[in-house]
Amino acid sequence: MDKVTNILIVGVGGQGTLLASKVIGRWAMNAGYDVKVSEVHGMSQRGGSVVTYVRFGPKVFSPLIEKGQADMVLAFEKLEALRWAPYLNEDGIVIANTQEIMPMPVIIGADEYPPDIMERLNTMCKRVLAIDALDMAMQAGNSKAANIVLIGAMAKMMDGDKQSWLDVITQVVPPRTVEINQKAFLKGYETA
Amino acid sequence: MNKVQFLMGNQAIALAAMEAGVNIATGYPGTPSSEVLETIAQNADKYDIYVEWSTNEKVALETAIGAAYAGAKAITTMKQVGLNVASDPLMSLSYIGVKGALVIMVADDPGPHSSQTEQDTRSFARFANIPVLDPATPQEAHDMTLWAFNLSNQLQTPVIMRTTTRVSHGCADVTIGDISKASWDIEGFTKDPRWAIFPKLTAQRHPWLENLQGELANIFSASPFNCISGNGKIGIISSGISRKYVQEALGHLGLNVKLLEIGTPYPFPEAKALEFAKGLDHIIAVEELDSYLEEQTLQLVGRFKLPARVLGKIDGMFPKCGEYNVDVVEDGLQKCLKYIGAESGIKTPVPIVEAQNIPSLPNRQPTLCAGCMHRTVFYAFKRALNGISAVFSGDIGCYTLGNAQPLDMVDTCLCMGAGISIAAGLQHAQPNVKHIAFIGDSTFFHSGIPAIINAVYNNANIIIAVLDNRTTAMTGHQPHPGIGITATGKPTAAVSIAEIARSCGVKTAEEIDGQNLKACTDAIKRVVEVDGPSVLIFKGPCTNLEKSDKHYTIDEQICTLCNYCVEQLGCPALFVIDDMPAIQSTCAGCSLCAQICPVDAIVPGGED
Repeated sequence: MDKVTNILIVGVGGQGTLLASKVIGRWAMNAGYDVKVSEVHGMSQRGGSVVTYVRFGPKVFSPLIEKGQADMVLAFEKLEALRWAPYLNEDGIVIANTQEIMPMPVIIGADEYPPDIMERLNTMCKRVLAIDALDMAMQAGNSKAANIVLIGAMAKMMDGDKQSWLDVITQVVPPRTVEINQKAFLKGYETA
Repeated sequence: MNKVQFLMGNQAIALAAMEAGVNIATGYPGTPSSEVLETIAQNADKYDIYVEWSTNEKVALETAIGAAYAGAKAITTMKQVGLNVASDPLMSLSYIGVKGALVIMVADDPGPHSSQTEQDTRSFARFANIPVLDPATPQEAHDMTLWAFNLSNQLQTPVIMRTTTRVSHGCADVTIGDISKASWDIEGFTKDPRWAIFPKLTAQRHPWLENLQGELANIFSASPFNCISGNGKIGIISSGISRKYVQEALGHLGLNVKLLEIGTPYPFPEAKALEFAKGLDHIIAVEELDSYLEEQTLQLVGRFKLPARVLGKIDGMFPKCGEYNVDVVEDGLQKCLKYIGAESGIKTPVPIVEAQNIPSLPNRQPTLCAGCMHRTVFYAFKRALNGISAVFSGDIGCYTLGNAQPLDMVDTCLCMGAGISIAAGLQHAQPNVKHIAFIGDSTFFHSGIPAIINAVYNNANIIIAVLDNRTTAMTGHQPHPGIGITATGKPTAAVSIAEIARSCGVKTAEEIDGQNLKACTDAIKRVVEVDGPSVLIFKGPCTNLEKSDKHYTIDEQICTLCNYCVEQLGCPALFVIDDMPAIQSTCAGCSLCAQICPVDAIVPGGED
């Protein structure tokens, strides 16, 4: 791979996007790539729309990804997949968790949650994979492992070697959650 | 033995400080700086380092200064607005200098993502006459921190390590060295008139300080952290993360460009810049925040009568505000090249999904968490003061999020600790309106106390509501003086907010269960009638820290579908599905919705 791979991880603050970026970053480092990950902490982690940029390749300068540059948008929440879709490049892939988290304007009735997100994504993007990561995580033993389910789906789409990802999960997640997270990864991997 | 680790910029700085043998680390939490001190705290016992979260940045800096006066190696960490709080000791310290070593790590936040200002610490360093290093990557953050300790020790000056969000919260593979236990074989404080600042001493030291700037500029000109590459008649000068955006943009350019990367903005490495500028027709300055390099370059060009034309923010080629990225930098470079009349090979790719093809989506702003005690307290004020004209002065912390609809309970917010003083000022100007100041527990210790004393002394008729969730929540749950735990997790004295308020002369200072709506409402109604300042301390858990296994559900047989709970509270766990209110799995069991339901339809139960 001589070009830079750009992955945008988007979701709602508190959903575990930061751990996901650590897993991907660590995997890319193990694979010998130059890696840059850019996270946002602080206020937006309180339920705001959050984005983490992951870039790896032979040489990476900027830690950020611009519109039209992402090879993959890994969305932890459906609405956020649509919000960040303009970042996809021509062959960009969307992996969207079908979970819906209502933004405050929707909760208080000032706005509407778009009913046709998947249809819109399917019309506009070349490759879209929708998965119920929350349900799969619960099957694996803990709803919090939804982030690793999504990583599993992503790994498959990247034609990655399964074992290298399972190894990274062992290195990155808290020791007592390794088994559940590996199970979650395989569920995502097998779905994609 | 060097080894490679995948590290966040802030972790890289912390590890470098430990490699440098730091003895003492202090700081006050603030995004994006907090992980530096957290990382050192996690390793404090292993490497015999003293680490503290101080009450505020001024105290943190002064504590680190004291340690450095004794010959220790010290680091203090803060965000950019924290440097404002610490500016008083900082400005005097530049004249006095230090003995051991003192590194002041300050994180700027272009954007801003999580701050009140877009201030530039490079300019602050110039104002204070303190050298500043400005890394572009986690690796440089590591390497420069090591160097900062050496510089500080050799030249007896404090050194500022300035980062921005994308460096502090950027992760990359970083080569680090060995860390050993800190050496406490330090010289100790030696009595000498040089440590006590008087006008006479300042007058004596000022020439030393000015000479030091020249010496530093020469050292910086010879440093590999400032480097020239490429060639041609067009030059680009850049510092910090902008350098990386430039390098990426240059990959798309079909032009010969000479690049000067500045890792040490102040004192400006003039000799290096002169070497760079000679023979250039145009110099483009690419930098986030202030037009610092641009102004330095303009000075250089003017003083040395160089032919180069300087382009940057001042003439509108690059934005003065906001965070940069490769797109912003490419856009600015295009403008400059057009002005110069040079060909640009930059092609902007067309996104497959055009932004205009996406409908307007609901905003997703940060909100108070489900189960947050602040929501109960804000709602209690709303109820208790129903029909009474009131102004709510907020402060800095999670509770600033109480400004959102439907709570709408933050009318002012300025800086740490300002809520109480602003409420007092409003009250003196407008005594016929009720004035309420909200302040968090950590913010109370940070800078709320002088304002309370002032309110008592000058009889400001205000209500001070302390939202005490027993942690510094927004920045990642650091401990503070009120909870009896140190930065390294050891038990210590817990300072009581109520006792402080009483000892400041506040006659009514009550502690209330911040999750009990009726208790909160009753207490507020009582103090509304009190003359003079009163303090209510609302205590409760931070739901992010103390996970509750409680959960509430809606009894569909009883619910009248009035949606009162949903519309009044703005709780992210409550929303309407098919006209029926529903409670999501994120419910933390605070029971506020059950407490306000007109027909008692909300009951314990549902998911775990």
